[in-house]
Parts: sequence; C-alpha cells; structure tokens
Amino acid sequence: MSESQSNSRNPLHGLWALTNRELKKWYKNPFLLFMSITQPIIWMGLFGKAMNIGAIFTNFSPQLPSLIPPVYQDLIKQSISELSKQVIISTFGTADYFSYMSVGILTFVVLFTTMFSGMSIVWDRRLGFLNKVLSTPVARGSIIMSKVLSAVIRSLLQAAIVLGFALLLGLTPGPDFTPLNLLGVFAALFLISIGLSSIFILIAIRSTRWETQMAVMNLLNLPLLFASNSLFPTSLMPDWLQTVAKVNPITYANDATRQLLLYPLNMQQLIFDFTYLGMFAFVFAAVGIVLSWRYLSK
Amino acid sequence: MTAEAIIVDGLTKVFNKNLVAVDHVNFSVKEGEIFGFLGPNGAGKTTTINMLITVLKPNEGNATVCGFDILKQPSEVRNCIGVVPQEYTADEDLTGLENILLCADLYGIPRETSQKRAQELLALVELTKFKDKQVSTYSGGMRRRLELACGLINRPHVFFLDEPTLGLDVQTRAATWNYIKLLKKEYGMTILMTTHYLEEADMLCDRVAIIDHGKIVVIGAPEELKEGLGGDIMTLSIKDGSADISDVIVKVPRVKEVKKQDGTYRIKVEDGEETAPSIIEAIRTGGHTVTRLSLTKPTLDEVYLEYTGRSMREEEEAKESIFSQRVAMRRARSGQR
Repeated sequence: MSESQSNSRNPLHGLWALTNRELKKWYKNPFLLFMSITQPIIWMGLFGKAMNIGAIFTNFSPQLPSLIPPVYQDLIKQSISELSKQVIISTFGTADYFSYMSVGILTFVVLFTTMFSGMSIVWDRRLGFLNKVLSTPVARGSIIMSKVLSAVIRSLLQAAIVLGFALLLGLTPGPDFTPLNLLGVFAALFLISIGLSSIFILIAIRSTRWETQMAVMNLLNLPLLFASNSLFPTSLMPDWLQTVAKVNPITYANDATRQLLLYPLNMQQLIFDFTYLGMFAFVFAAVGIVLSWRYLSK
Repeated sequence: MTAEAIIVDGLTKVFNKNLVAVDHVNFSVKEGEIFGFLGPNGAGKTTTINMLITVLKPNEGNATVCGFDILKQPSEVRNCIGVVPQEYTADEDLTGLENILLCADLYGIPRETSQKRAQELLALVELTKFKDKQVSTYSGGMRRRLELACGLINRPHVFFLDEPTLGLDVQTRAATWNYIKLLKKEYGMTILMTTHYLEEADMLCDRVAIIDHGKIVVIGAPEELKEGLGGDIMTLSIKDGSADISDVIVKVPRVKEVKKQDGTYRIKVEDGEETAPSIIEAIRTGGHTVTRLSLTKPTLDEVYLEYTGRSMREEEEAKESIFSQRVAMRRARSGQR
C-alpha cells in the first residue's frame, strides 16, 4: 500500500485534471469557440442596433401648428428632444439603448455557455466515462465542480471577448467608469456563472437522456432572459413579471455590471447585488456537491 | 493482505424495486488468480462488477476487495483497483497520452511518476507511435489497448475487465489476450473479467463462475466443469450393425454410459484418449471390428449451455446499455472503414 500513500490526496489535483479535460475539448475545437462567440455578437449587433429606441425621439420632428411663432417652434422642438433624452436616461439609466443592451448580453453569454454544462454530464454518463471516473478515488464533488469550473472559465473568456466587441460597436462607459471596475464586472459574472452552471448540472445529475436536457434548456433559457432586466428595465414591466424578475439572479448580475460600466455608482445597491449573487452561487454550488455524494452513482 | 483478493458475501442489487439483477451472490477470488465471469446478457455480470468497483451500491450483502470493505472503505478500494469498462471510455478529443495522464491525475499520481509510467504502459501496449494522435483516429483494437493502459496506471492489485474483447476481430482479440497475459506476468495482478467468448475463458481463466438470472449457477476450474459434464463423448460404429455390444463396452473401465442410436454407439467416457484403445480392444475380443471412431472433448460452451439452457435471451435491456453497446461497436469498427 506504499503506492497509494505516495499519491496526492489533494482534491484540487483531480478537480483541475477534469476541468482541464473539458477546456481542452473546447479550445481544441476553434470552430465551437468561434460559434459560441459569434452568436451573442450577432444578437448584440442586430438586436441592440435594430431596437434603436433613442431614435424614436431624435427622428421625431413634429409638425407644430403654424400660429405658434417660429421663435417658439424651435424652443418647443428643442425641449421635446431634451425631454426625450431624459425619458431614455430615466428608463435605461444611460443615454443609448445599445450600451444598455450590450452589457445585458454579457450575462446572456454566461447563461448560454453554462446551459450546456449539464449536457456534458449526460454524455459522460451515456458513454461510460462517468462510470470510469467514479471507479477512481477522485472526490465525487470534484466531478461536479470540474463541470462548473470549466463552464465558468469558458463563460468569462467568452464574455471578455464579447465585451471587447461591444466597445468596438459603440458601448460608451459611464462617467464613474475606471478600468478597475472591470474586475467587479468579472466578479459578478463569475458568481452568476457558478450559480447557473450548478443549476444546469443539478438538473442533469441523474439524467441519461440528452433529449430531456435539451427540453429543459429550451424551457429555461428565454424565460430566464426575458424575465430579467437583460433587454428591458424591470420598472416598466407588469407587477407579476417584476416579482419574477426580482427573484431572477440574472437581474442582479445585469444590475451589477451596469452599475460598474454605465451608471453613476450606487454603492448600496451594488453591495446588495453582490450579496444576492454570492448567496445564489454558494447555495447552488453547495447543493451540487452534496447531491453528487448521493446521486452521482446509482 | 489476505490470500483472497475479492470476497463477495450475499451481494444483491434490485433495480426499480422489483428487478433483481444480482441475487445473493457469494464467491471469492484468490490472490493472483484470473477469474472469469460468464453468463448471458442481462445475467448480472456487469452489475456485480459495478458494485465491486464501488460505482453501484448494493441493496444487500457486502464484499471486500484487496481486504477493504466496498461500503465502508470505498476510496481505499478505488485506490487498489483498475477498471476496463465494456465501453470505450477514453476521451475522443484528447490524445492517447493525454487520456492516460488524465487517469493518473484521477488517482492523484504525481506528474513525474505518471509521465514515466505512461511511457512504460504505452510501450507495453504498443501505442508509443500513436501517443500524440487524437483517440478519434484510433481503431477498435488501439482503443482497447489504450483502455488497458489507463486501467493499469495506478498499478492495481485487482484488475476488472468487462468484456475486454467485445466487437474486436480475431487478430485483435488474440493480441488483447496476449497483453492481458503479459500484464498479469509483469504485475502479478488478480484479474476478474467477463466475456462472451468461452474458448477464451477456457484458455485464460484459472476459475470461472457461470451466472444466470442474478445467481451463480456453478463455479470452478474450466477443466473441472467440463469433467463435471461426465467426460468425453465417443461415437463409434462397428461392421455388424445389427449386433448390440453395449454391455461389452460398458464393462470397460472409465466408461460411464453407452447408448445405441441408429447403429452408432454414443459413449460417455472419462479420459477419452486413454480409454479409446481399451474399448477397441474389448470390442475386438468380442469378435467385432470397429469401422469408425470419433472423440469429442466437451467445451466450455457445453458446460455453459448445460447450466444456462439453450433458449435465446430476449429480455428487455436498458435502452442505455444498448446505446452504449452500439457506440462501442461503432467505435471498435471505426478503424476498419
């Protein structure tokens, strides 16, 4: 038994090995990387630019009744345009919708990347890889956490690339922005991706059918996206939808990233966002580890 | 370390509350033995192995592997075993070497040791030339050899092989068995394996157990089991078809049973080769001439059919296992397109 004693008992050894396996599968396949980054960029470009809500007002030139003297006509037009700008700012917190939406896309990238993490555990089970891993002394929790960790790393890298493109396409950072805020942005994305990938893995932990997994993903992704402030502020939603959005962790991730990138910083709100995200990540990661002890093997 | 590498005591697994896959199974495997697990599809072979490798929890009973309790000391068990599952489990997107190193990491083997061992094992299974190629380019035989190498990375005391030759062609099967024999010689492991190819089990295994409907129906050395059937079968005919000399033949020592059918005699006999001359002699003394004689040694196939019956198995198999079998077959053939 001298053999097994010389082996490391460090759970990180196995965790990193399994994570690295997932990452290798990803970066060895540049096409997959390309596609997974292209999709959000297309969304951002088409949706963010097409829904040019600000232009509704700036392109608006009302025909005023001719009895108003021309001096006042200009004044009225000017004040309408000024008012409309205020409406936009009070709704979206920033003067242009593209900036608002492109920051929301960062969480969208995280959601769509983590969504597939459950899928890989289904495949590992079906192809027998999971059984082989379970027959080795690697910690059960490491098997789950490697899936979470690789999804997190992938999400963050993809979000970083998408953020770069957003800046190129016209995302204008807010007045309080400093490069240091980027750390906060990625911290928020880190927490939301831990929580989300844990949820999707939990759903898959016993599953042997990838069809079920696909159905679950399709069921969850758009509601999670629309019942949040990703594309539109919650304040304009009906009450019941606001309630849903207030529970949805994606709302808090978006709020945190927008605070840091676009808005004048509201420290109290930001701390609340991070607390909510931190609890979300912690609770679901912990549940994932605990259930892996019980349910990973049959 | 005990002299018994595996002791199984009343191991039982029930699926979905009523499907008894393994039903109070008892057996033990001696240190250094090659033990074969034979039985029809769905008999409970893989389920038993999965319990012994701590992937499945038994509903009842217990077992020790390398002296460790599979329920109370699962990590110790996992540390001392190697497993080659039925499926090809190596990651297609990684290279052969990367796959072996991944397995090593799962055992927490330090990188310097695992690098050295991986090279050694790759040489042993003759994959050194292909170590940096992606597994998706490997043929079935190469994948199987890679699985063997992965299973050996932690120098296991007990090695579990589940259908190691499933879907391989005859040459690759022969080669795989050579590796297994070589590995056993090199590392002196205890091996527990399942197979459908009975002539292989006969050739390789020190002892076999035939399992059916979740129960072990018979256990013993292949030779013993074949003899247990009542010896060799001799058929002979004599010149004078109408005469009945059954009573002459049955008096020859070591002849157990004689039956006359359509003018030929079917004789159950122990040690056929040595008894044949005395039978011929006895017949000649009785005044008859032997015109034709053939001797068949019972094979393990006959033992198997004797205990499991001849009816085909059409039990429903889990969709999952059929799927993984299909994938395994397809991968096995991928190199032969």
